[in-house]
Amino acid sequence: MAASDTIGGTPRQRATDYLLRRHRFRMAEALPWLIAIAVFFIFPTRMTFGSQVLVMVMFALSLDLILGYAGIVTLGHAAFFGVGAYTVGLAAARLDWTEPISGLFAAAIAAGLVGFVTGWFLLRYRGLTLLMLTLATAILLQETGNLRSDISGGYDGLPGLTFKPLLGVFDYDLYGHTNYLYALTVLAIIFFFVRRIVYSPFGQALTGIRENVRRMHAIGSPVHRRLVTVYTIAAAIAGVAGALFTQTNAYVTLTVFDFDNSAKVMVMLILGGTGRLYGAFVGAAVYMVLEDYFSKLSPTFWQFGIGLMLVLAVLFAPRGILGLFERIGDCLAERKRS
Amino acid sequence: MRLNGWLGVAAVALTVGGTALAETVKIGVVLPFSGANADLGHQVDKAFDLYVKLHAKDIEPNKIEIIKRDEGPPTGAQAKTVATELITNDKVQILTGFVFSPSAIALAPVVTQAKVPMIIANAGTAWITNLSPYIARLSFSMWHHGYPMGAYAFNKIGCKTAALAYTDFPPGKDSTEAFKTGFEKAGGKVTESIPMGSPVQVPDFTPFFQRIKDAKPDCMYVFIPSGAHATGVTKAYGELGMRKAGVKLIGPMDLIPDNKLQDMGDAAIGTVVMGNYAVDLDNADNKAFNKAWHEAYGKDSYPDFMSAAGWDTMHAIFDAIKKLNGKVEDGSKVIDVMKGWTGNGPRGQVSIDAATRDIVQDEHAMEVIRKPDGKLGIKVLGTTKAVKDECKELKVGRCGS
Amino acid sequence: MPQVANIAVSILFDGLAYAMFLFITSVGLSVTMGLMGFVNLAHGAFAMAGGYVVVTLTRTYGVGFVPSLVIAAVVVGAVSVVFERVLYRRLYKSTDLEQVLLTIGLAFMAIATATYLYGPIPKSVPLPEWLQGDVNLGFRYFPSYRAFLIVLGAVLIAVLWYAFERTNIGAKIRAAVDNRRMAESVGINVDRLFTLTFAVGSGLAALGGGLAIQLLGLSPSFAVLYLVLFLIVVAVGGLGSLKGTLLAALVLGIFDTGGKYLLADAGGFFVYAVTVVVLLIKPAGFYGRE
Repeated sequence: MAASDTIGGTPRQRATDYLLRRHRFRMAEALPWLIAIAVFFIFPTRMTFGSQVLVMVMFALSLDLILGYAGIVTLGHAAFFGVGAYTVGLAAARLDWTEPISGLFAAAIAAGLVGFVTGWFLLRYRGLTLLMLTLATAILLQETGNLRSDISGGYDGLPGLTFKPLLGVFDYDLYGHTNYLYALTVLAIIFFFVRRIVYSPFGQALTGIRENVRRMHAIGSPVHRRLVTVYTIAAAIAGVAGALFTQTNAYVTLTVFDFDNSAKVMVMLILGGTGRLYGAFVGAAVYMVLEDYFSKLSPTFWQFGIGLMLVLAVLFAPRGILGLFERIGDCLAERKRS
Repeated sequence: MRLNGWLGVAAVALTVGGTALAETVKIGVVLPFSGANADLGHQVDKAFDLYVKLHAKDIEPNKIEIIKRDEGPPTGAQAKTVATELITNDKVQILTGFVFSPSAIALAPVVTQAKVPMIIANAGTAWITNLSPYIARLSFSMWHHGYPMGAYAFNKIGCKTAALAYTDFPPGKDSTEAFKTGFEKAGGKVTESIPMGSPVQVPDFTPFFQRIKDAKPDCMYVFIPSGAHATGVTKAYGELGMRKAGVKLIGPMDLIPDNKLQDMGDAAIGTVVMGNYAVDLDNADNKAFNKAWHEAYGKDSYPDFMSAAGWDTMHAIFDAIKKLNGKVEDGSKVIDVMKGWTGNGPRGQVSIDAATRDIVQDEHAMEVIRKPDGKLGIKVLGTTKAVKDECKELKVGRCGS
Repeated sequence: MPQVANIAVSILFDGLAYAMFLFITSVGLSVTMGLMGFVNLAHGAFAMAGGYVVVTLTRTYGVGFVPSLVIAAVVVGAVSVVFERVLYRRLYKSTDLEQVLLTIGLAFMAIATATYLYGPIPKSVPLPEWLQGDVNLGFRYFPSYRAFLIVLGAVLIAVLWYAFERTNIGAKIRAAVDNRRMAESVGINVDRLFTLTFAVGSGLAALGGGLAIQLLGLSPSFAVLYLVLFLIVVAVGGLGSLKGTLLAALVLGIFDTGGKYLLADAGGFFVYAVTVVVLLIKPAGFYGRE
């Protein structure tokens, strides 16, 4: 699509049209944010839960970058979440560094660094090999943490972390209001950052790598470098999610590195729909809300409900929930045309 | 006519007034109902349900409303979310349950801020009760069993040397350290300390036990989380013929939970543990407890130490409600009433230490034997009365803060 | 026996028994993933089902332990065919991610069902006399159950090897794993072949689950707890390779046992460290193909 494709209107109008189209800012995009804000007013007593949902959305978003856009399947994404979580935890518990926002930056840098190093070595592999290597990395990190449980607190973790009030002003209340708005703001900032990446030439290159890596090599695209870059960015974002996790819970244990964590976020993303940015929102929200609902319905057998939902999702919405919406949208559009 | 009228009005007023005085106390129960540790959650839950069923009339006219939520995995995060919502959403006045230490640890700042009492029915990390003035514990700390076992092993069982084997997570480290402190104080020598992998999966214990067998200490103190691990330990111990080789198996009572004892077979016979409860414990309350349990849950179902703790927890809560006449909105009053509480239950007499809000109970050295009726059972070898948590007494590590 | 030799023998023996369990349970997964490229994360659930069938047979119906193992393998194998036909078949052309989602969903449902039917308390099985205690092999004693595992494993390996290498069907399977299109074009009905291998693989997993009760205990979470372990064996061995799965099981089993014996502090490290080292050098596993 080139600027010359637009027809009619003044040059200014054509340019604006082009830019708008290029960055594809649709009205529907405001919806998730409006919903998130509405939830704050409609369900004020569920904000603790809400913060956890937002943390998972961010985590899933970081996974979408590498899974949905670059096509890298990994089972060790929890490693970066854990690094971020522990950066904040250790800083608060051992170094008395309790300023929250700088904590986020520290977590991003630490997790990004780990992502860069591991990505450099591991992204030469694919498929089952990469799955196992990334999984092993996460577990090895966890085992190291347990080895030095005098520092990490082991599985009992680092309790009683207190953080300075946000921006020096907003303190943390029992209902989790501050935490929710904090998480939402951070998510919004990160999201716009991710969105810019995805719709940039770099993002297009990633899609190219995902679709046909051989051809990308053939046209001289620095594939490995691109992959490591996006992996590092995704790791940093996962690290921020982990940092938020520690801050909103005021607690962190080694279980953040669990395979369960990596598997869960992947399931959420696939459920929502990969490669669509908002799939992370839909998938994480739907999964966690349903898990919460089923768990209240039957504290013992709720897994059946979740399992059934996943099976049905695969059978009837194979490209995720967003994929389902897209198909419905296409159907309706076709109907309108005919 | 007039008098009748007045009497009528008075009667109505009294009745209405009387009913208005009945409170409904909302209790939030947080236990692992699903997942790998669901059996532990259910053991406690069954005890809760049984006590409530049998004693509901004790607190009349007040009533209890119980709201149950899944504690989730031992990460603390889900327990925190779930319990916070119980407080803010469901407006519970008392929180109880908590099998995993991370859950209680995560929740401590919340209950302090919300001023809601958290009555722990299991989580055993010693310093948990230090984390908030609103925490009281009815179960145990690792030091209740480990520390006295140390002295007992040296003095009464004849263990001059002991090897330690534990599941590699904080309770394991806690328990073996408690044992080591008591054991070395009495004059014993610890030969080695072997971590046995993560608590999530039951590992193959054979390589760890084989190593100990080859080193030939007098005794082997093993800590594993109660549940599936316990059966694995006895199996491995039996398969390797360690008793024949002269290595005695000792540990805290988590090693031989009553509801798994029958499955353990001959290999378990001769194991000596230090604990606060066994189904065979000989006191009137325990006999009644077991009878009620079998009536409610079948003759193949057994309570264990977690059920006993659950029973006593509910007992303490009920006593608090009775004493405060159902007015439990002020959490600090509830805690004050619990400090120094004593009660009789399946474990015998237990009380809550006023200073630490932790449990004080009798510890029994118990040996596994085969009873005349063919089933496996427990023989009490000796009892130490009113044991406190030594970790806080001695101010070891985090317990001192 | 001199101490060092004693330790070595202990490690080898225990490691070998553990490896046999790993092999029996994982071989089905390896062939399934190699043959059809289907990611079946419900494999652990089939193993768990086998374990629970053995529990019911031995405890409720008094069937002997070994016959129960056989019956469990057959029953679960047969039931797995139903799953294959009704559900899995639809997803052969789907992406890996969709297969992951489906099979994880099935695993969750399996866990909840097992909890409903058997309760969350771990189960054990009554073993016959000859499997309890130890057996004297002349120079020292060995636990009977583990000796049984080793013997059973060896027998199964021999049977499977023969079936793979010397029979017509085995040849067809190998051909289909090597190059599916070619195999189809020479008239091999790959679909039917897959149903057969899937059934055998699931049946073997069920057998492994039944054997695991004594080794690791059985509870509803078994379905996912050990899944990572099976995946590791499959990845390190190489998809679709019998030899590879066996070698991987041996290496991992012995390293894990040896590691726990000699350096308990490092514990779980060994399995994952070995995995990383092997995969970095041979990304497709020992006998996998690029």
